[in-house]
Amino acid sequence: MLTSLTITSLYVLDQDQALDFYVGTLGLEVATDADLGFMRWLTVRVPGETREILLERPGPPALDPATAEQVRDLVTKGATGGLFFQTDDVQATWDALRAKGVELPEEPVERDYGTDFGFRDPFGNHVRVAQPRG
Amino acid sequence: MSRASEERNRAMLRARDAMDARYDQRLDLAALARLACCSESHLIRSFRATFGETPHRYLQRRRVERAMHLLRTTPTSVTDVCWAVGFASLGTFVRTFVRVVGETPTAYRARGPLPPVPACFAMAWLRPSGFGEAEDAAAALASRAC
Repeated sequence: MLTSLTITSLYVLDQDQALDFYVGTLGLEVATDADLGFMRWLTVRVPGETREILLERPGPPALDPATAEQVRDLVTKGATGGLFFQTDDVQATWDALRAKGVELPEEPVERDYGTDFGFRDPFGNHVRVAQPRG
Repeated sequence: MSRASEERNRAMLRARDAMDARYDQRLDLAALARLACCSESHLIRSFRATFGETPHRYLQRRRVERAMHLLRTTPTSVTDVCWAVGFASLGTFVRTFVRVVGETPTAYRARGPLPPVPACFAMAWLRPSGFGEAEDAAAALASRAC
């Protein structure tokens, strides 16, 4: 049987920019950054966690150029997947991200399941940060 | 697909996110156009080209989605739901709701409570897909009312 989820893939349009955002701004850590020749294998994770996020650039050889363009179009329309993070202090997280200049279209909102807010990475992927109801 | 179109997508997404966050306020095309760094007419054209509908129509669907959520997760009256999601008239709210959803707010509420799901999924998946498909149901309701 399956025992855990280890890697989730997220399309980004520029891996250096993604690294700067997810590590430099959001505070994740690099798990692996390796030049495989045909691709840059770049994964990040929440410090202390084992689950990694593969920051994958759409393009050859995995995708033909036309398909890669379609993926880029969908990413920038916000039509692809997103990431859901947890925090123990949602307001402090929001304040810290705002201080770092992250575009935050909404403030933390109390919901049935806790308090959360959403925003976009530089490419259009949705990122959500929640503090579960205690 | 060019980098310019990706920039346009991103700008339109920024405007859409702003509407998602401020759905309860009057549609401010000038503010959205500033956010997207373009003119109001360009915003309307580009938004439609990017997402398949005008900002006004998107906002109406967003408001109806919020109303659907409130109706099934809170005991708030239909009138207060109408104000809470940004409609300025109860008549317009009910007409729009019936046109989009195919049934009245009261009938929709009678379906029972919704389970809690992350807000962005609720927004994306509870938002009705359009106006056209509910028109037959709305006509049937209207004929019954007569």
